Amino acid sequence: MKYAYYPGCSLRGTGRAYEESLLAVLRILEVEVEEIDDWNCCGATTYLSVDELTSYALAARNLALASRQSGEIIAPCAACYLVLNKTQHYIREYPTIKLVVTRALDSIGLAYQDDIRVRHPLDVLLNDVGLEKIAKKVKVPLKGLKVAPYYGCQIVRPYSTFDDQRNPTSMDRLLEACGAKVVHYPLKTRCCGGSQKGTLPEVGLDLIHYLLSGAVANGAEVIATACPLCQFNLDSFQDESGDRHHPIHIPVVYFTQLLALALGAPAGSFGLHRCLVPIEPVLSEKEIAYA
Amino acid sequence: MPEDIGFSGQETPRVGVYICHCGTNIAAVIDVKALADYAGQLPGVVVSREYKYMCSDPGQALIETDIDDHELNRIVVASCSPLLHEPTFRRSLNRAGLNPFLLQMVNIREHVSWVHLDKRAATEKAQDLVRAAVRRVFLHKPLEKRRVSINPNVLVVGGGIAGIHAALTLADAGKQVYLVEREPTIGGHMAQFDKTFPTLDCAACILTPKMTTVGSHPNIRLWSYSEVTKVEGYVGNYKVQVKRKPRYINEDLCIGCQECITACVYKEGKTPDEFNVGLSKRKPVYLPFPQAVPQKVVIDRDTCIEFKSGKCKKTCIEACGDRLAIDFTQKDIFEEIEIGTIIVATGFQTFAPERNPFYGYKRYPNVYTSLEVERLVNASGPTAGEIVLRDGSKPGSVGIIHCVGSRDINTNRWCSKVCCMYSLKLAHLIKERTGAEVFNFYIDMRTPGKGYEEFYDRLLDEGVHFVRGRVAEVSDWTAHPSEQGKLVIRAEDTLAGFVRRIPVDMVVLAVGLEPQKDAQQVRRLFNMSCSSEGWFLERHPKLAPVSTFTEGVFIAGACQGPKDIPDSVAQAGAAAAEALALIDSKTVELEPYTASVIEDECSGCKSCIPVCPYQAVTFLEHEKKAHINEVLCKGCGTCVASCPSGSIRQNFFEDQEIFEEIEGVLAHA
Amino acid sequence: MDLKRTVKFEADRDPQFAHWVSHTVGGERIRHCLQCGLCSGKCPLSLYMDYTPRRLMHLSREGFKEEVLGSTSIWLCTACYACMVECPKQINVTHLLYALKQRAIEEGRYPRRFAIPVMSRLFARMVHGAGRITESRLVVQILVRTAIWRLLGMSKLGMALLRKGRLPMSSEHIQRRKEVATLLDSVAATRKELAI
Repeated sequence: MKYAYYPGCSLRGTGRAYEESLLAVLRILEVEVEEIDDWNCCGATTYLSVDELTSYALAARNLALASRQSGEIIAPCAACYLVLNKTQHYIREYPTIKLVVTRALDSIGLAYQDDIRVRHPLDVLLNDVGLEKIAKKVKVPLKGLKVAPYYGCQIVRPYSTFDDQRNPTSMDRLLEACGAKVVHYPLKTRCCGGSQKGTLPEVGLDLIHYLLSGAVANGAEVIATACPLCQFNLDSFQDESGDRHHPIHIPVVYFTQLLALALGAPAGSFGLHRCLVPIEPVLSEKEIAYA
Repeated sequence: MPEDIGFSGQETPRVGVYICHCGTNIAAVIDVKALADYAGQLPGVVVSREYKYMCSDPGQALIETDIDDHELNRIVVASCSPLLHEPTFRRSLNRAGLNPFLLQMVNIREHVSWVHLDKRAATEKAQDLVRAAVRRVFLHKPLEKRRVSINPNVLVVGGGIAGIHAALTLADAGKQVYLVEREPTIGGHMAQFDKTFPTLDCAACILTPKMTTVGSHPNIRLWSYSEVTKVEGYVGNYKVQVKRKPRYINEDLCIGCQECITACVYKEGKTPDEFNVGLSKRKPVYLPFPQAVPQKVVIDRDTCIEFKSGKCKKTCIEACGDRLAIDFTQKDIFEEIEIGTIIVATGFQTFAPERNPFYGYKRYPNVYTSLEVERLVNASGPTAGEIVLRDGSKPGSVGIIHCVGSRDINTNRWCSKVCCMYSLKLAHLIKERTGAEVFNFYIDMRTPGKGYEEFYDRLLDEGVHFVRGRVAEVSDWTAHPSEQGKLVIRAEDTLAGFVRRIPVDMVVLAVGLEPQKDAQQVRRLFNMSCSSEGWFLERHPKLAPVSTFTEGVFIAGACQGPKDIPDSVAQAGAAAAEALALIDSKTVELEPYTASVIEDECSGCKSCIPVCPYQAVTFLEHEKKAHINEVLCKGCGTCVASCPSGSIRQNFFEDQEIFEEIEGVLAHA
Repeated sequence: MDLKRTVKFEADRDPQFAHWVSHTVGGERIRHCLQCGLCSGKCPLSLYMDYTPRRLMHLSREGFKEEVLGSTSIWLCTACYACMVECPKQINVTHLLYALKQRAIEEGRYPRRFAIPVMSRLFARMVHGAGRITESRLVVQILVRTAIWRLLGMSKLGMALLRKGRLPMSSEHIQRRKEVATLLDSVAATRKELAI
């Protein structure tokens, strides 16, 4: 089965490593994906504040395009995952929205398919591929690397059906299957502030600080994320946050990068070098081969 | 014309029609005079009147006088819902010497005047309904209520405070009571508490005298460690099967010395102790708590080595010595008893707070449920009454979180009624015993009972912090140096208007009450209904809180809905009184709306048998016909409708009667 | 002493606003709010808000439009949905916040050069034009209009990202750009027809 792949704008920009590592992982696990032809921006949370109706139409264009290629979409970016799911829900629930969207899509020669499923990589990896298969393919065990699994908010809430919304464990289990040790991380679904760091810096820095210090306090050596904005926030502002609170340095990677590492993806192919806070020293210390 | 329609009586029909004004309830919308006039010219109607209040004494007298004066043989009363006054008017007919079932009521209030605004249309509708009733009543047959006798023995299921009180009340009244309790001891949850609100009475001190009385009462057969397995029969005549599980102890010989427990090959307990809510461990042979009734030990076959391998040294038998009370050969005993009434008092269970992971139960060791803290506080509990953390140290600060699992669409919608009070009680006890700083996090402070608000008053004086705000999270991540090593409770202090983070050593979750895990199986056993939340259903929430829709089965205590001890005891007394009323009336009348099978027409297809909710329909193997037990039948009509050959009929709802009513309504169409 | 007199007369309430709140998407169950405070307790941003989410719910349903649309709360919400998931009355807090945000932007209720509405507008413009967002360009555009002096401060970060290959400067766009414009026109037309 081939999945339709929806990268989203961030994965072509700051989230490049997410795409690289995800595609590497999927390749090794023999999961076939095909990028959605001419996909457009989903609108994220920003467009929703401008004009809701239009944002549903824009997001629905992607659903319609994808349904020509597959019955399932993989959407790694948390915001895209949320928006696509929300669009589907709202079209089903509100006839007015359905009418507006159907007509809009019709005007560009597309038809809306209700039955396409929007999935997150965590869901596909855990439920379609399975922990057993992944564990078998591990070439570079992560030797008890202490990881704080950070889910963020929009993958888990409010539309996640594949994991417990208050206490998700899908990432935990995937990482453990690769030999990592997942530490106690009560902040794992606490919002990182999203774009607030840009618009209201002091607020953003506080939120980032708690996430960093909470991970370090529980002995984490690395934080694994599943959202490009979370990764960006936690990775880019450790110095600034350190100035405001106290210095903390901990590498922040995508969970797919750890998976790619463990599954033996070729060095350099999963973007480890793209992190601002380097993970290489931690890996060297634990004698986990990354190159 | 009456000749075309048919008449079930001897002579011609002589119908009296009575239209009630019901003050202005009916008369304001329906033209009652016109209606009475209309009814007066219907075929078969001899007398037609309208009156202000038909249910009043003069109103009823009107009917009775007319029956006499005009030799009426059928009556139609057009007024309110028959649920209200059908019995009233039936009694009128009875007094006047007419069979009470020769009455048909028409609802022109709830069905017409209370739901329509257009007066003309309403009056027309009322005319249609009255016409239909007049045609139907021609076909009514005189019916007799059946009487059955009542066995004076009573079964009480559940030995908590409600079951105990009901059993004692009935036993003192001279009735033979069977008290069946699932656990090895009676006492229920109340036995686990330390002090009770609002008086701070010691629970054991007020409960154990009642328990010992139960144990020694000549009229009470106490079967502990037993369960009801089968219930058959009908009101006054139930046959019940009780499974008595083996304790492997001969109850007559055991004196409760507990030497066997000391001598057990297990030096220490390994099984989580159920009575102490898992806070301590017990051995396979144990006594649930020191004041257990019956004061006999029990051996748990699931954890006893002798049952696993057959090769235990059995030091217990040695320690028992000459008493010879231990008997590993015991098996389940099935007792068959005959009783007339049943009181179900099976109690509640507490909400499992793992369902709300953000409160950290089982994730952080020092998060406790209220029931666990009750055991800590109790002098015969696992810590001898010391309130300590898991490492044995005393807490310097404690947070008590109200409404855990309650008032929440995501878990249980209802308010569990007792948690505010017991949280105040625990706050008091914790502060008294440990001197810790105590914080209660609540949404509303619900203290409705007698002495409850005064109890709250008392707490306010004691320096407990009251923070109004539903707790969002209990966690160990820190945002301030003072939070290191503590559990942080984050909640909005809604009265102050800002968010607070309060670090504490110990968190107590005031868990709500919910129906027992097996409530559905239990209620089916006794043929009871339950509410949408799973609580056993009372016949009427205000006027019949302890009876159920099954005659002869009563409910009492928390199994009917969350409640405190005073209310449980009150309900238990009420249920006992209602059972006594039934028993002392010696016989009970059953409504005659029963169905019966016309044997000649029955094809033996068995379609009717599984549809009966009351198991009243059986199949006679020899005759190959269905048979309906008149006494069990409740007249729901399901079997009548299910019969493909139409060979089941029902009193008061015969096919012809219904067809006449339909024809009457549609006559002008 | 700087005294402020606060008493609210019924004339200070806006019943139309209250009506709109309880009928807009997200506000359907607003009357069920018990003011328990769980939403504020969960919200990581509530510390900074002038009216916590709970207070905002009550103010909204009562119709205190000035307080609500002038609050900082609606701008601080990051739509993390922590409030909605746990709300014991299943009130759609986040969706209501979105509606309030849209209403505030519609009515121009925000300070000049306030980054959030500026960002929303520029974001929308870029999507309309190119069909996709190029992050680097968007950030520059926002800063130029709101806090140009911070551009300099961010240059260090910008260079680091550039070095790591995470800051493509060329604009991302879709092939069939006209489709976006057609979509927008269609939405506008249907809107007009349905008078919404």
